[in-house]
Amino acid sequence: MIELFSYEFFRNALWAALLASITCGVVGSYIVARRMVFISGGITHTSFGGIGIAYYLGLNPILGAAVFSVLSAIGIEYISGKTNVREDSAIGILWSLGMAVGIIFVFLTPGYAPNLMSYLFGSILTVGRTDLWLMLALAAVIVFFFVYYYNTILFIAFDEEYARAHRLPVAAFKYIIISMIALTIVLNIRVVGIILVISFLTIPQATANLFTQNLKKMMIYSVLLGMTGSLAGIYISHYLDIPSGATIIFAFVVMFGIAKLALNLKIRRGIKQEILSRKNH
Amino acid sequence: MEPIVEIRNASAGYNDDVVLHSISLTIFEKDYIGVIGPNGGGKTTLVKLILGLLQPLQGEIIYHRQSSGSLTGYLPQVSNTDKSFPITVTEVVLSGLMSEKGAGGRLTRADRERAAEIIQMMGIYHLRHKSIGELSGGQMQRAFLGRAIIAQPRLLILDEPNTFVDNKFEHDLYELLSRLNETMAILMVSHDVGTITTYVKTIACVNRNLHYHPSNIITQSQLAAYNCPIQLITHGEVPHTVLGVHNHNHHHQDHD
Repeated sequence: MIELFSYEFFRNALWAALLASITCGVVGSYIVARRMVFISGGITHTSFGGIGIAYYLGLNPILGAAVFSVLSAIGIEYISGKTNVREDSAIGILWSLGMAVGIIFVFLTPGYAPNLMSYLFGSILTVGRTDLWLMLALAAVIVFFFVYYYNTILFIAFDEEYARAHRLPVAAFKYIIISMIALTIVLNIRVVGIILVISFLTIPQATANLFTQNLKKMMIYSVLLGMTGSLAGIYISHYLDIPSGATIIFAFVVMFGIAKLALNLKIRRGIKQEILSRKNH
Repeated sequence: MEPIVEIRNASAGYNDDVVLHSISLTIFEKDYIGVIGPNGGGKTTLVKLILGLLQPLQGEIIYHRQSSGSLTGYLPQVSNTDKSFPITVTEVVLSGLMSEKGAGGRLTRADRERAAEIIQMMGIYHLRHKSIGELSGGQMQRAFLGRAIIAQPRLLILDEPNTFVDNKFEHDLYELLSRLNETMAILMVSHDVGTITTYVKTIACVNRNLHYHPSNIITQSQLAAYNCPIQLITHGEVPHTVLGVHNHNHHHQDHD
């Protein structure tokens, strides 16, 4: 196990997993608390359009994905706030439009697109230095923003109307946070891929939510669970020689299952003890 | 008496649908106004207009702000909140301070002590660390009322506070509001005319127009004159409400 650390690609993969756990843990808790999972799925898949166009133009695909996902995120936020288009329908349209644009431009690009699969399914072992610096910068911005503005974010998320009635800059916060969600998604596409990134944003959070009803704790637990699951996933995928992104998600689901089971057993034992203590009285 | 909010010939609505037509109302200190009217008549629209959640299509609203202190506290309809949101009772009450704190404002120890006092006053101190979803309808209303009054607003606005609550809470609520009215004006929307006229000082009938009735005694014929088709309901012992129809089917939903 130790000799793996002598490989730079492996060390990079571990750093990527830790940074992904931080950004996804914090942003994902917000997504779960605000019931924005479908919106996040829409942003993720729309970004594929950006990847396709960037391929076609010979640009960095992550750059294309970033532009596309931030624009679609702001678009979705605008649609949901201003117009009377049904939000879920609008997201559905953007979702498939993004994928369609991506597929067409990848098809039009001459030659074979060699690592297109890595965008769909992730390839944490090919994460480079630049990716890591970008992920570190994003993690720093997100952690600072959520720590500094925690109360404001919590109060707006809980009751937007109340916040607006009290003149908080609700729209500004929503646009900033949705952009952070979009960038988190894009930078983590390298880690687990478009198809799986949504689970990095929801499964550790759902697991954390089993144990706490406090958003701050949910964020901290999600980061820790994300780190545990993604490190376990990387090791297991290495030894079994199976795709890392999928293995990480599998580890998350197993952790969720164990947590749920443990909680149910604890509740059942609690009920049993209560019945016993009642009998004794 | 100092005015707090003045609505002057304001119209309001959503997109093409104008709900309120050229209404005027001035809310003064110590006012206790009951807002009644049929469903869809614009009661909640009036609340949103006063809170600044809706901009008037015509006319104007003048807020008499003071250099410090909160202008409005607001108790929204219960059904509008996400009951599974991960937030505790204490945090909900503290969120009432956000108007004075602003974005990024720090909560101090004094703020937390104030919140504890308010929670105590609401009778839900034992629930202060619970998440909001674990509370019953009446307990949740207490938490939201705590949020509405923690900043000691000059005007407290309540939108149907007596739906989904138990009779015990309803009684406590009206007692508490009468005490709060010594320091803040209150505007309360309600469908339960018979009960609120016992407590409010004046009545505003809202049915696309607004008719201000400077007394808490109102008759069926006055309601008809105000184009406010609602039925007055008696609770027997309420002495000074003149009654149109006696309705035995009327009772509150009990969630406790």
